[in-house]
Amino acid sequence: MRSINLVNKKAKSWFSYELIKAKNNKLLLFMFSLGLFYYIIFHYIPMIGISIAFRNYKAGQSFFGGNWVGFKHFIDFFNDPYFFQLLRNTMLINVYALVFGFPMPIIFALLLNEIGKKLFKKFVQTISYLPHFISTVIISGMVINFLSSQTGIVNKILVILFDIDPIPFMTRSQYFRGIYTITNIWKSIGWNSIIYIAAIAGVDVSLYDAAKVDGVGRFGKMWHITLPSIKPTIIVLLILAIGHMMSVGAESIILIYNPTIYETADVISTYIYRRGLGVDGSPNYSFATAVGLFNSVVNFSLLYITNWICRKYSDSSLW
Amino acid sequence: MGKITRIKFINTVFHIFNYCLMSVICCTMLYPFLYMFMASISDPIQVMKNKIVLIPKGITFHAYKMIFTTLNIGQGFKNSTIYTVVGTAINLFFTSITAYAMARKELAFRRFFTKAITFTMFFGGGLIPSYILVKNLNMIDSIWALTIPGAISTWNLLVLRSFFSQIPESLMESAKIDGANEMHILYKIIFPLSLPALATIGLFYAVGHWNSFFSALIFLNSSEKYPLQLMIRYIAIEGGTSDVLQNFNDIIWFQNIRYSVMIVSTLPIIMIYPFVQKFFASGVMIGALKG
Repeated sequence: MRSINLVNKKAKSWFSYELIKAKNNKLLLFMFSLGLFYYIIFHYIPMIGISIAFRNYKAGQSFFGGNWVGFKHFIDFFNDPYFFQLLRNTMLINVYALVFGFPMPIIFALLLNEIGKKLFKKFVQTISYLPHFISTVIISGMVINFLSSQTGIVNKILVILFDIDPIPFMTRSQYFRGIYTITNIWKSIGWNSIIYIAAIAGVDVSLYDAAKVDGVGRFGKMWHITLPSIKPTIIVLLILAIGHMMSVGAESIILIYNPTIYETADVISTYIYRRGLGVDGSPNYSFATAVGLFNSVVNFSLLYITNWICRKYSDSSLW
Repeated sequence: MGKITRIKFINTVFHIFNYCLMSVICCTMLYPFLYMFMASISDPIQVMKNKIVLIPKGITFHAYKMIFTTLNIGQGFKNSTIYTVVGTAINLFFTSITAYAMARKELAFRRFFTKAITFTMFFGGGLIPSYILVKNLNMIDSIWALTIPGAISTWNLLVLRSFFSQIPESLMESAKIDGANEMHILYKIIFPLSLPALATIGLFYAVGHWNSFFSALIFLNSSEKYPLQLMIRYIAIEGGTSDVLQNFNDIIWFQNIRYSVMIVSTLPIIMIYPFVQKFFASGVMIGALKG
């Protein structure tokens, strides 16, 4: 009893302390209130809006309209003939991104670090950021037009080099994952390497000198000094990457996919987009929200579990 | 002696390989844009036959003329510019004032608010509830649907907050003694000291607005309000030019038009890029300082 009282007292004094702060700094609180309203309206109210996943919501109603139906929409989704396809595609695209995409900026940063000529290094770095600033629409436009079997440059080059028949890349489902992964690596390798390059620049130079005395070679230095030194950075970014594993954006995929390659290209977020906004057929808000909630919960759990593992087995973690 | 020459040899081979690889990477970053430009100014028959690889053939700028007259891409330019300017102004106002309040220790319930805001980075309502909200707020088919729901990017907010909290508190204390209130401190002390940070974040926001298409796709109904990106999606991805390109003489320009719209919309980015890329790279590091 006593301890509970103590906690209460402590909580109370904290609360009243904050209230006194509020009283003394009204203008500051007022300045903050704009942002606060923004977060309540555009972030927390949509979270309340998730409740429509458990109702039969119809267009025009408030977030509290419609009858409760419990987990009906979730069960519908699990029984959906597309469920496993969507889950598999979402997982695979992200596994590809993690296995092939995640190490690329690290390798790029390590190799770039070995370039002695400062001017050339700067030049490569600057050029490599460029794709990050090009819009998804343009990049998707390039992918589709370059891979076209009649007028695409990629097929042109393949024909010159290997003398094969042009491949209709965008209508064959087996190519989609590769195309998507390579495009993303192209887009983000330079930009994502910035943080690693900065981390490498912060490595203690005396370590390298000591290694030189011990006769450690170039690759030995990379493996035994540089990589361990930037490990905390790598781990934090890895946790973030895994935490966003299921949230592959609809934005980049809806631009390049088409019904002939849904088999590999359709992911949970694109399905939510089509079903929820009625791209094909009438919109089913409640069902799509349920699918979205399922996705968010899986995401959040992945983030939590990864962080827990990292905290247990290494010194670095997100929280 | 033998060992040393071997190490030297490996080093040389590695350097040659490394320089070659970096050059190849640079080429793959630049060639797509170069190719699109070459194809857009080449003779349409050559483009159709897929004959362009390294040099343009039969130079003509007719496709560029067509996209500004027949396809009226200028409208998209105008819309995108308006959305970018208005959107960025809203972003900077909301983000800076909120970041400032969060950077001050005097803010009541600061820890609680910071946690509640950070939480939104990892969990949210999702596409449909956000869409319904915008719909219920009667913002559909207006500029507000594109600018207000994303008024604050939580990442940028936290970056700016940590930048503001590095400004020595003694500056604010002495200003307070001189009778300045929080608004004065923000405008007279904080803003002048953090112009580079504000410029960087403003640029991030501006590029984001210029490049965005998804909110326009779901929130705008009238095609005369479409931003440039949505017009490009229509022309270069969906191939939706058949309603304006009626006769045969126009249709052969189809592929050239696709490449020219992509070049035209990328041009503003590529033109400002050399001048601002330094800001962008340093922007990433502002965030990294305090993690």
